[in-house]
Amino acid sequence: SSHEHKLSFRKSKEVCLSYIQDAMLQKQWERAAEFLTFYTESVEKDFSRDYMGPSEIIWRIGTEILCHHSQGSIKELNSFIELMKTSGIKRYLKVCLEHVFHLLCNGLIDEAYQNLCLAESWRHGEQTVIQDKEMKLIQAYRGLLDYCSWAKQKNILLEHGQDGLEDMSVEQEMHSCFRKAAVNLKEIMKIPGVWDVFVKCLVDLLEFYGDHAEARQVLNDYAYNSKFPANPNAHVYLYQFLKRHGESKKSLISALKVLHDTVPSHELMIDFSTMLQKSKKRKKRRLGLEVIFGVLDYAGWKENVKAWSCLARQMKQIVLSEKHVDWIKQEWNSRKDWWPAFHFSRYLAKRNWQENESLSYEKALVAGILLGKDCKYFKSVSHQGCKAQVKRFRILKKFVNKHRPVYLRIAG
Amino acid sequence: DFNERCVQCSEVNWGLTDGGKFYCRSCHNVTERTREVVNTDFIPNARVQTISKSVKNQEETDRDCEWYVCEGFQFVLKKQAEALEALGVCPQMKDEVLYNFWRRYLQKSKQAYCNRPPGETVQALSVCDSSTDVDSEADRPSLHHYFSLSESEGDLETDCSFASTASKISESTSVCSGSVDGNLYLMKNQKEKLRMTMPMTLSFCYMALLWLREPVTLSDLLRFVVEGHIPYFNVFQHFPEKMKLCGLDLKIFCIESWPVYEEVHNKMLELAAFLDLPRFPDITDSCFLHPDVLCMKYLMEANLPDELHNWTCRVVKKICIGEADFLTLVPGNKSTRNVKYDVLAAALIVVVLKLLFLLDDHYEWLLSDFAEERNKKNKEGSPYFEFKKWYKVIKSSLDVEQKKLDEERAKYVWRCEKPLFYSANMKSKVLKRRQMVVNLQNQFGKLSGSVRPAEKPNPSSFQLSWSEENTDGTCFHGHSLKGILQEKHGLLAAMNPDYWLGTIKLCNEKVCGHPAHYREVDLPQSYHFVLRLFSFLLRLHPSYIHDEVCVIEHKLFNKKLCKKPKANIRVRK
Repeated sequence: SSHEHKLSFRKSKEVCLSYIQDAMLQKQWERAAEFLTFYTESVEKDFSRDYMGPSEIIWRIGTEILCHHSQGSIKELNSFIELMKTSGIKRYLKVCLEHVFHLLCNGLIDEAYQNLCLAESWRHGEQTVIQDKEMKLIQAYRGLLDYCSWAKQKNILLEHGQDGLEDMSVEQEMHSCFRKAAVNLKEIMKIPGVWDVFVKCLVDLLEFYGDHAEARQVLNDYAYNSKFPANPNAHVYLYQFLKRHGESKKSLISALKVLHDTVPSHELMIDFSTMLQKSKKRKKRRLGLEVIFGVLDYAGWKENVKAWSCLARQMKQIVLSEKHVDWIKQEWNSRKDWWPAFHFSRYLAKRNWQENESLSYEKALVAGILLGKDCKYFKSVSHQGCKAQVKRFRILKKFVNKHRPVYLRIAG
Repeated sequence: DFNERCVQCSEVNWGLTDGGKFYCRSCHNVTERTREVVNTDFIPNARVQTISKSVKNQEETDRDCEWYVCEGFQFVLKKQAEALEALGVCPQMKDEVLYNFWRRYLQKSKQAYCNRPPGETVQALSVCDSSTDVDSEADRPSLHHYFSLSESEGDLETDCSFASTASKISESTSVCSGSVDGNLYLMKNQKEKLRMTMPMTLSFCYMALLWLREPVTLSDLLRFVVEGHIPYFNVFQHFPEKMKLCGLDLKIFCIESWPVYEEVHNKMLELAAFLDLPRFPDITDSCFLHPDVLCMKYLMEANLPDELHNWTCRVVKKICIGEADFLTLVPGNKSTRNVKYDVLAAALIVVVLKLLFLLDDHYEWLLSDFAEERNKKNKEGSPYFEFKKWYKVIKSSLDVEQKKLDEERAKYVWRCEKPLFYSANMKSKVLKRRQMVVNLQNQFGKLSGSVRPAEKPNPSSFQLSWSEENTDGTCFHGHSLKGILQEKHGLLAAMNPDYWLGTIKLCNEKVCGHPAHYREVDLPQSYHFVLRLFSFLLRLHPSYIHDEVCVIEHKLFNKKLCKKPKANIRVRK
């Protein structure tokens, strides 16, 4: 409560706004609407140069309320947004775009498309130039919807193709959608930004029409152009494309390098490690080991059999060849203080054995090499395994026993 | 010159328009008679004519469209007086007192106000007896100076409505104001002449109320204004048709903040001095504003025992603040601290509470526990007053009321029904915005759920009321102070032997603005609570009441303080 008993217009509206915000945070939509009705008169006295003026605030808050309020239908939202479009020329395209998003979320694709076309045709002197970025986005989303139409037509054609029916009009329609979509999607790709949605559609289109070179160019640019914000997904898309087109292991590995630097816990890292491990180059194999150890630093992979078997395989190979044991030692150095508790606790030994025998097998192998046969994990799991008379555990036990010197080298 | 009787009102009281036609000062009837001999003195300054002509949109120089800012204020005062009369104030207020004060103001200020070019007469003010002595050497502020007053233009989207930004003044539209002298009015050099403002209308009202010793305190008055019972905020929308407002008029008449007690009070004092008023009618102990009476009212409202009234009267007597000489306003007398009756009464009650309960966050609860014990055992007669019980009751009511008040502040409606435009070319924008607001209010109003219709609370002098008929025991008026009093030398004295002062030394008000400095950190919570209660009732920041409490305390313990200046602010009574 305020001790202050003075009140100015400005203060009154500030206080009103805080009531609205409180109500919204507590999901009291009716109360928020009530206070908003009192806030609206600040539009008449909007001569501030604040970052966000009353009419923008009203637009954003009003939208939120209408989205959540029990009586807030899409129809109400539509009429509200139409009103908002007229309230601020400088935001016109932004409001249009967000309106389109709302329509899309409500499944009103056609209305969304109409609104995009309408917005695209908007001209307002120098504002058109100022709001160029928003315009590009609007065109891109229209391109996206064109892509969706294209995909629909394509599916129809494929179905008809199966039935042996031909449909010229559908095909023509499809090509026309393609052209429209491709133009706009290419345009947006020229502007630095995160365009995952758009790039995937564009690549799909280009691939379908056999324009692999251009698709590759687009993906390369998206991943490697320094003007674009760093985006791990860009590298994933590029990798997937190259894989689809049977590129060499060398280029696949090169595509995943940057991804490894930025997201060492990415699931593709397992494939990456596997590819590296098979390489003839020693440096690559070394990197492969580093990569898989890195993946298992993250809790999300703790119970992933594929990851553990990737590591186990590499370690087994090193142990058998007796070469490069120092690689394991190097990797283990920074992990020996915390991996035992993280991965190889007695509790986990029990749990892994109960829930996933393969997981426990792979992990036991790793534990046996890194921590020796006397570590609790190995002891517990191998004991259980032998007790249950699972053959591979007996073999495992022998293997670890036999290669105790390796353990000693790593530990020492 | 012209001595015919006016056809409308039969008066002989003629003035001259700019166009040289005679008009009746009493009823504003314009004749077609013009002065035969055109005195060169009366040729209106060409520039002035340009201003006034460009303001009028129609072709004919219709006399009726010209109005002066003072007329506007006169109208406002009239409306305010009518509202006060409707609230129960005696009709004398409007018909005599306020009217005479206003007349006197016009007379006093017109003499200084005539920085006007030759030819401009003061029309429509039949009260103005002094001749419009035109000083042809008067310094006319240049138009250029006026233009430089305008602030920077608002950007494309954000319209300047009225209050702070002025639109770009091009040569063609020229100065925009509906009134003839709107621009002159806002000239900075007018300050010394006690230029009329909207808050000052309230000063006028209060001054009139004080003169008549009506039972309305200044805090009451301001509260009625905020609650909408007294025209203030959008009163200009009821101006007569002929008085069209635009441009700078809005800056003068359109208010965007609640009236501030200090400002209204100080202006009232200034005004009283400016008008050379004599000593106001005495405030005696039968007047509402006298602390003996006002304390009773506040005690009732604060739900405190009636018996406390004896104590407030005793303190009043002891420090001689019940004297008419102390309480009565003598304009221009700066040596006495001018009395704020409501604050004084509230502070007296606080002092009495401190005397009896100490309010150091310990003693009052102790006393309350004793009273509770006693009340449990003895159910006969009036119960002993329990501070704890009172605290709980008041706190819950206060919290509810404060919450309501806070929400009302958030929901306060400022705009008036008639949309206003600063200038004609803003009209369409303003109307468009107004339409948008209306649409938004409709849409979200429907989503507000069950909203109670906005009713104006009935004007009432009491904001909190307690009834002894309530059986839940929440009314403390009849409770007894026996538990905390003792007999000493035949007099009733407080059992509490101690007292703490709000401040060791009073500051010089002229130097730091306040005699004391209210800091929430250092003072007991019970004291804060009591201040909070009166702060709510009077709609004033607690520091005002704290100031007055300190002043009273220093008067009360004057002897003890003079003897030994203590670092410790606790005093043995």
